[in-house]
Amino acid sequence: MKTTLAKPGETPVKVLAALTFVFCAYLVAAGQPALGVGDTFPSLSHFTFEGDPLPELKGKIVLVDFWASWCAPCKETFPLLEQLHHRFSKKGLVILAVNEDKSRMAMAEFLKEYPVTFPVVRDSGKKLVAKVNVPGLPTSYILDPNGKVLAIERGSRIAQNRKEFIARVEQFLENNEKAP
Amino acid sequence: MNGQISSRAANSGLPAGRLAKALAFQLALFLGAFAVLLGCSGCVNVRPWERDALADYTMRPDRDPVTGALREHMWFSREASNGGRSVGGGGCGCN
Repeated sequence: MKTTLAKPGETPVKVLAALTFVFCAYLVAAGQPALGVGDTFPSLSHFTFEGDPLPELKGKIVLVDFWASWCAPCKETFPLLEQLHHRFSKKGLVILAVNEDKSRMAMAEFLKEYPVTFPVVRDSGKKLVAKVNVPGLPTSYILDPNGKVLAIERGSRIAQNRKEFIARVEQFLENNEKAP
Repeated sequence: MNGQISSRAANSGLPAGRLAKALAFQLALFLGAFAVLLGCSGCVNVRPWERDALADYTMRPDRDPVTGALREHMWFSREASNGGRSVGGGGCGCN
């Protein structure tokens, strides 16, 4: 009878190779690859959110901002996003803030201090943020009307280069207007 | 299993008892290594959206000015001629 067991002399190498493979497979399965520029953003309609209803996104440039009340740079980016919303919403920019707080109260308190008029939803199940594998908070993903990622902006950089960020958004909007 | 070991023992020319011991060692090694690797999976990074506890005010080392001043004093008193974090001194502990 043929057996599949390894010979005693070759045991450690084979076993360790198998274990390494299992471990690597586990690590790969545990972490989603981070979304990059040019990738397709997950469809928001596939996720369940608390809070405001999802806005109409068809034909719009969409800025999805991941934030949390405990994130210090969010206190700087939120007023900037509000400013962008007022300035560019008529030109086709939709801002959607996705909150990642564990507590709904924490989000509400933050919004009292930094009120905004663009839609804010709460990703209470952390499904979207895990799918996108956001590198840090806050992070903004600027999407074209087809859901392709045009740019990924990290909060600290947005706050440091406000003018550059606004100019970039404006450029995306102009390109979208020119597109057939 | 006994049949397999006998068959393997016959093929390899090793005594059945020795082969059984080797297989038991192989199994123990496999389980041990697997347990170690499974433990390593606890060393994953905290995801950015799970860092709320780390960002909490109570996690700040400078949250209490009095404690901070006391720590600073002890630091520069005990760290000899380096003078502590930001204050120059001889480490005599006399301040």
